[in-house]
Amino acid sequence: MWIYEKKLQYPVKVSTCNPMLAKFLIEQYGGADGELSAALRYLNQRYSIPDRVIGLLTDIGTEEFAHLEMIATMIYKLTKDATPEQMKAAGLGDHYVNHDNGLFYHNAAGAPWTATYIQAKGDPIADLYEDIAAEEKARATYQWIINMSDDPDLNDALRFLREREIVHSLRFREAVEILKEEKDKKRIF
Amino acid sequence: MTKQLPPEFYELMEQLQAVDFVLVELNLYLDNHPNDSEAIRQFNHYVKERKKLRNAVESIYGPLMHFGHSYSGDPWNWIDAPWPWQV
Amino acid sequence: MFTLYKTYRPFVGPFDPCPPIRVKSFSTPPNLYIGFQPNNFPQFTPMEALRAGTLWKPLYDPYYNSRELAKGGNPL
Repeated sequence: MWIYEKKLQYPVKVSTCNPMLAKFLIEQYGGADGELSAALRYLNQRYSIPDRVIGLLTDIGTEEFAHLEMIATMIYKLTKDATPEQMKAAGLGDHYVNHDNGLFYHNAAGAPWTATYIQAKGDPIADLYEDIAAEEKARATYQWIINMSDDPDLNDALRFLREREIVHSLRFREAVEILKEEKDKKRIF
Repeated sequence: MTKQLPPEFYELMEQLQAVDFVLVELNLYLDNHPNDSEAIRQFNHYVKERKKLRNAVESIYGPLMHFGHSYSGDPWNWIDAPWPWQV
Repeated sequence: MFTLYKTYRPFVGPFDPCPPIRVKSFSTPPNLYIGFQPNNFPQFTPMEALRAGTLWKPLYDPYYNSRELAKGGNPL
């Protein structure tokens, strides 16, 4: 069961009316290394991983939904009052003719989200290495989006999200160590 | 748009976000370090802190959670705007 | 000197059409060097932690674009 809380994880602010940034941010909404992929990847892998790391996958997967809501908030704020002309000028004309100002799970290039973005190999080490890679790829994506943006408030929230990738990556790396059973144990050969 | 929130809402909400963020961080850490008693003590301390802040936020904003995890006002005020992406 | 950003110098060919970027940099975040987090890592205060995106000081590694860096970024 999941319980919703009417609150963002981080206070998202946007300082400029710039719908073009929404076009870039969509990458982290419905892209391969975006927050939707992350949430679904971890919560799905829970069912075929040793009990010792199910809690971690549950908690990080749940946090990813909070990040998805932050990205949605950024896109919502950047496009809320954008006219069709502004959407077109921002490169969002293709989006507009299908969705008006509605959000949709696709990447910055308009490719719809697909389950092929995520893997569940059923092998704990393979899955955790996939998760580590996913965190590093999301970290890099946040860097490239920050490179495209001059909005100080938006970049502040994007830095928060990038830092979360660093922490999650460490936790998944620790999970690998736990499964190797080297942690808290003397090495005996 | 129905109600505008007073400035103190934003301040209180940010305090709650800060405490809840510490809880998330300690939670993920403890998932991998279940025997760190000091971190557990700290976690339980912030659970208490969040209860106080949550009551303060709800007195201005209405219920933060659904499905019986928050008390309701009369009339039912869970459905009231603004939602998190609107505030 | 230890740094969380590494650089390399890509080959510059005589027929490259664009002005060359002589030094490329990439991020090597702190998670790569920690392995298994030890107990008692130094912490931020709750409000600082929220701003930083992590409770743990040794994990803090903010990223700024070149325009932000020119203005000195705005580290905690």
